[in-house]
Amino acid sequence: MTTDITTRPLTELSTHLTAGDFTSRELTDAYIQQIQAQDKTINAYVTTTFDLARQMADASDSRRASGSPLSPLDGIPISLKDVVCTTGVRTTACSKMLEDFVPPYDATVWQKLKAAGTVLLGKVNTDEFTMGASTQTSHFGVTRNPHDTDRVAGGSSGGSAASVAAHMCAGSVGTDTGGSIRQPAAFCGITGLKVSYGRVSRYGVMPMASSLDSVGPFAQTAADCGLLLMYMAGHDPHDSTTPDVPVTDYLESLRRPLTGLRVGIPTEYLIDGIDPEVLAVFQSAKAILTEAGAQIIDISLPHTQYAIPCYYVINPSEISANLSRFDSIRFGHKAPDTTDLIDLYKSSRAQGFGPEVKRRIMVGTYALSAGYYDAYYRQAQRVRTLIRQDFDQAYQKVDVILTPTTPRPAFKVGENSSDPVQMYLEDIFTASANLAGNCGVSSPLGQSQSGLPIGVQILGKAFDEGTVLRVAHHFDLSKQ
Amino acid sequence: MAITRDQAAHIAHLARLSLSDDELDTITGELSLILDMVDQLQAVDTTGVTETAQVTGLQNVTRPDIITPCENPDALLQCSPHPITQHSVTVPRVM
Repeated sequence: MTTDITTRPLTELSTHLTAGDFTSRELTDAYIQQIQAQDKTINAYVTTTFDLARQMADASDSRRASGSPLSPLDGIPISLKDVVCTTGVRTTACSKMLEDFVPPYDATVWQKLKAAGTVLLGKVNTDEFTMGASTQTSHFGVTRNPHDTDRVAGGSSGGSAASVAAHMCAGSVGTDTGGSIRQPAAFCGITGLKVSYGRVSRYGVMPMASSLDSVGPFAQTAADCGLLLMYMAGHDPHDSTTPDVPVTDYLESLRRPLTGLRVGIPTEYLIDGIDPEVLAVFQSAKAILTEAGAQIIDISLPHTQYAIPCYYVINPSEISANLSRFDSIRFGHKAPDTTDLIDLYKSSRAQGFGPEVKRRIMVGTYALSAGYYDAYYRQAQRVRTLIRQDFDQAYQKVDVILTPTTPRPAFKVGENSSDPVQMYLEDIFTASANLAGNCGVSSPLGQSQSGLPIGVQILGKAFDEGTVLRVAHHFDLSKQ
Repeated sequence: MAITRDQAAHIAHLARLSLSDDELDTITGELSLILDMVDQLQAVDTTGVTETAQVTGLQNVTRPDIITPCENPDALLQCSPHPITQHSVTVPRVM
């Protein structure tokens, strides 16, 4: 069996495994070969679990041979962003703080995917504690874009996106707090789904900003993401923010036509400074949807310009609270030779955290401190209400909202890294969905003349993943 | 809004981060830049607007008050970088 099979979309692999065209072991070995050949350059994986993967693949093949596969995903090799806790497998958040941390329990999302029979190839790169838009803040170095290795794969889930785009796994699990699934998916030319807040359990996934964090799938196509989501989503007694909303058959919803679908175009998103090639792909997306019978409607999201400042108050505030757990007592880096308990805390945190993490802890601590809480945190929470209301009103008129995923294609390694505010603007089209708690998908629709992928974003109502995936699926079909 | 180096040092103390002199210099400037950016929020009229702290609409999520055993407490203790004595983490003197 050649490594060619690694290039096929996940849903196709599932069909072949069911038909017995090849085994999970053959598929897993092909991905391992691909990782060994590619990943020295790409640097998507921070930990590989090849022995475990082969064991899991063999077990899957036995189940399929005896006619009792656990799910259509049985035997499908995947990667997990290195913030998803995996029993016995190092989970670092790509931080020196957790360089040697081996979790004693599984995140719910991994428990569910394991119960569906997926095979773990390894843990993939992210910005430190998911704080960044390029993986350049990772303790393990930057992940490079498979389409141009001088450029970033995006972030924070850059390892997930690059591992799928370079055919080093069939699918991946990442997290999206302000765009960290959609932006790298767009940069790497694959599909990335930011689920509605609470659709997938966050239990055992290292938190950044708890009211914004979401866990979602990456894969080549919308159908692939839909299939993965069916085995990731659902209420979890361990995560009290997961409403008991039924998980639907997302593959079924893809098959429905787009006739009559109302697609909103927010005028505030068409800002100056969008790359002309990105704009051209966005216009072609509108044309494809019109052709399919959808109705294009101009809408207004008046508080759009406040999404980034709102996000960059709430996000660091929640970070400063969440990351206070890293006190070096129960887990994490411990500074040697400290004088007392306060010195132990301060030195361990100073040595364990990188510059971006420190920066956000500082901003958040300031925004939450006495005298500033009302002006920053409370005001941001009120603006968040206005942003949510913008979306609620828009979704009375339209079913989905179409935007570019990012203002430009992947930038060069090293660019943006010295100016934190410039890097924060990477989230300009994506952060609102996290503030509102809605879902959104980035679909790979075109590329620049120099061959860099360009994505479009389809935003949808909370728990309406089926509809945004249906639109993305239509874009997939339009390319065939 | 510009913040001073002394303010930054105080925030670092509150956040339990020991920063070097160089780090403090850099972060003082960066904090001012970031605060300038988020200060745009002050322009929004939010009179009478309630805060959004969470988006699920769920309230008072509870479970039955039944004690369930922790499966493997010693495995959790093994995560600590400190010595374990009698199923407890040994930390430096507090007082």
